[in-house]
Order: sequence, then structure tokens, then C-alpha cells
Amino acid sequence: MEQVIAIQHLNKSFGQHEVLKDINFSVYKGEVVCIIGSSGSGKSTLLRCVNLLEKPTGGQIIYQAKNILDDNHNLTAYRTKLGMVFQQFNLFNNHTVLGNCTIGQMQVLKRTKAEAEEIAMHYLKVVGMENYIHARPRQLSGGQKQRVAIARALSMEPDVMLFDEPTSALDPEMVGEVLKVMKELAESGLTMLVVTHEMGFAKEVADRVVFMDKGVIAEEGNPEQIFNTPIQERTREFLKRTLEKG
Amino acid sequence: MSLDWLIIILQNNLPMFLRGAGVTLYISIIGTLLGSLIGLLIGIIRTIPLPEKGIQKILLKVINGLLSAYIAFFRGTPMIVQAMVIYYGSAAAFGIDMNRIVAAIFIVSINTGAYMAEIVRGGIISIDRGQFEAAHAIGMNHLQTMLHVVLPQVIRNILPATGNEFVINIKDTSVLNVISVTELFFQTKSIAGNNFHYFETFFVACILYFIMTFSVTCILRFIERHLDGPDNYTLIGNQMQVQRPEDQTLHEKNAGIYHLNEGSR
Repeated sequence: MEQVIAIQHLNKSFGQHEVLKDINFSVYKGEVVCIIGSSGSGKSTLLRCVNLLEKPTGGQIIYQAKNILDDNHNLTAYRTKLGMVFQQFNLFNNHTVLGNCTIGQMQVLKRTKAEAEEIAMHYLKVVGMENYIHARPRQLSGGQKQRVAIARALSMEPDVMLFDEPTSALDPEMVGEVLKVMKELAESGLTMLVVTHEMGFAKEVADRVVFMDKGVIAEEGNPEQIFNTPIQERTREFLKRTLEKG
Repeated sequence: MSLDWLIIILQNNLPMFLRGAGVTLYISIIGTLLGSLIGLLIGIIRTIPLPEKGIQKILLKVINGLLSAYIAFFRGTPMIVQAMVIYYGSAAAFGIDMNRIVAAIFIVSINTGAYMAEIVRGGIISIDRGQFEAAHAIGMNHLQTMLHVVLPQVIRNILPATGNEFVINIKDTSVLNVISVTELFFQTKSIAGNNFHYFETFFVACILYFIMTFSVTCILRFIERHLDGPDNYTLIGNQMQVQRPEDQTLHEKNAGIYHLNEGSR
């Protein structure tokens, strides 16, 4: 399988506090990887390091045979190849739904307005928000905002989609609509890296599950193995705690 | 008695009053606009994230230092003194005979710029970090992020403060009479010097100033409301994608009026 991103010996510390310790893992084309773990285990930081919203303190991130942490690497070109979906949606408040999906295409990828709108409309249909194109973010519900955020990231036609706890800020009844969209995307063969607390989603959709604990990857494997026969004691404890709650 | 005089003063001097008010409005509009532009520019520069090393970091630090000095100096000295120093200073030191209106606009602009720079910086800081992150994640650079995402929101948020500056400018241009700019206060003083009815003459000026400031306040409030748009979104059907929901409600409203007319006929 073709490797899209390879992370090697990645470290990240905030001052004295080491958040990520020697992380190694790869994402392959067409694969859905779910990162699970308790709060503070460093899973969001890892995701934010992948698209350099946080600058790693050490290690390498290899994309297309190049280390993107090299000083002379073109950061913009790399970032357009990664779609990011945030926990807090972060839609541009001054743009309409359609504007949110076209502004990046026009400014960064230099597409024409007509071209950008056509692509945006295609992805807004994918997430089921095509009837809201002139709405402003504050007029939408949380679930709707998150679906637009997904369409915005897809409109850049990235190689990999990164999801940072996309359903954690949503009301329970809106979680379903977002997960449904993500499931459809996964089935369409999109490469996805998902940080999530939704164990059901991870179990059903993921090709591979990564369990993080205290800044290291504690265990990694296919969903059946992680959820049914975890090797590590701390994985078992975490799953027991979360599944009891859910 | 006073009232008669008021009418006589108006009859004799209305064009002069209006010309003065016109100059006041002209200087304060241009001054506020230029000042806001200066403020926005400084705001963008002062929020550029510092590079970790290299010549760029030193350069940026020097520029930031200069800008801080500019803001400190022009906020820390009275405009009336600045006017004297700049107007007479440029003549004495460099032999430049500045056009009075140009000098006036220059002084008001750099003064407003100093205040607006801090207002803009506050506005930029108050924008949620997520907006910056989302823009960066899409691949936008600092300038693109500022122009297309942050500044439009900042401008909306600082509009009330900008209105404040505008109103202050309309009133404070009166200090420019010290360099003989023919604005409203200067004209009023001339008129009163001729007819010796100081109370009545300045009372007219008072009303004219108030009309100007109050209109500006109302216009800005209107713009704010317009920028905010409606709170609710009317869902539109697939077949009407080109139409905005506002158009549709307008259409319905018009149709309603039409029906009413039909009924009355």
C-alpha cells in the first residue's frame, strides 16, 4: 500500500512538559485511522503536529519522500494537501456557507470563482448542506456547521483528512448526522486520520486503531484486536472505563 | 430678541456657516478614513508572528519599536500643539509652505491613526484563535488570513469605536483654527467678531456641530445593522439557488402588498 504520511521519532514539548514522546506511525492511502485515548494523552497535539499548527520539537514528518520539517519546505503547498476539521468548527464568521468553501480554493489554489463554486457545491451536496449556501455560520446548528467545515476541507481536494474530535462539541442528537457523513466519506475511499471519543465509530469504520496514553502510542492494531483482545493492561482499563460510560 | 438675532445671523451668514461646516466635515471624513487605514496597516504589522531567528526577526522588532514610538508620541501630545509644531515647524525647518487644508488632513490622519492602531490591535486580539488556525490549515499566509478572514470581522467589531473617533474628529478639527484652517469654529469666530453677538453666533455653530455628529452616529448604526444581517435563515429550495432568502422574503412582501391593493379595489 502507498504511504501518504510517515511520522518518525516525533517529539513535542511545551516548555518542560513533554506531550509527545518518540511517536512513529504511518498513514496509508485509502485508510481510516482512529486515534483514541483519554484526555491529555496527546492525541489532539499529535494531529495538530501533523499539519504543523503546533511545531514539533523533534523528529520527522515525511510526505512525498520529503521531510516537511526542513526549513526550506513549502508549508503552504503541504497544508493544502491536508484537510482539517476542528472540534470547534472554526467556520469563517464573515463568509457564507458557500464563501467558506470557496475562499481557500480561490486564494490559495488560485481557482476561478465559477470553478471554485462548482467544486464547493459538489462537496456541499456530499454533506447534505446544499440548501444552506447563503446562510451565515451563526444561523446554523452545531451539526450543520461541522458538516460545512467538512465540505470546506474537502473542497481543497486534500490527500488526507484530519478530524480533531469532530463530534465532541456537539449536542448528542447532532452527533449522528456528522458521523453519518464521515462514514460515507470513509466508504468512498478517502484517507482519514480521526481523533475521536466515539468508540462505536472507531469500531465500525476504522481500518486501524491507535491507542495513545501519556504521550506514547501504547497499542496499535485493527479494531477487532484493540476492542476485543487488547494486549496492554492500560488499553483494557481505558476501554473498560469508556465503554461503561457509553 | 435673541431669536430675531438668530434669524438675522443665519440670513446674513448662512453660506459662511455652511462652508465652515463643509470644511470641518471634509477634514474629519478624509482624516478618519486615512487614519483608519493607517491603523489597519499598523495593526496587521504589529500582529505578524515573530520569526524564530534571522534578519527578519530583527527587522520586524525595529519596525514594531518605531510604530510603538509613533503611537506613544501622537497619543501623548495634544493635537493643538501638534498642529502648531507641524505647520510652523515644516515652514521654519524645511521651508515648506504647506497648504492649510493638507496640513489639517495630515494632522488629523496621523492622530487618528495612532488611536486606531490600538483599537485595531485590540480587535485582532479579540478574534477567536480558531479563525486563524482554520485559515492557516487551509494554507493561507498571514496577509491572506488578515484580508479575507480576520480584518472583515475586526472592522465589524471596531465600527462603534471608529464611530467614536469620527465624532471626536468632527469636534476636534475646531482646534485647527490655530493654523487658520477655515473650518466651522474659525468661521464662527470671524462672524462673531463682526456682529459681536457671540452667544447667538456660537449657538448656531453648536447646532451645526450636533447635526453633523448625530447624523454620523445614525449612519454608522445603520451600517452596523446592515452588516449583521438577519438572525434567521430561511431555507431555500434546490431550484432557487441563485436567489437569496432576503430576495424571497422581499418577493413575498411585495406580493402581499399587491394582494392588499387588489382587495381595496
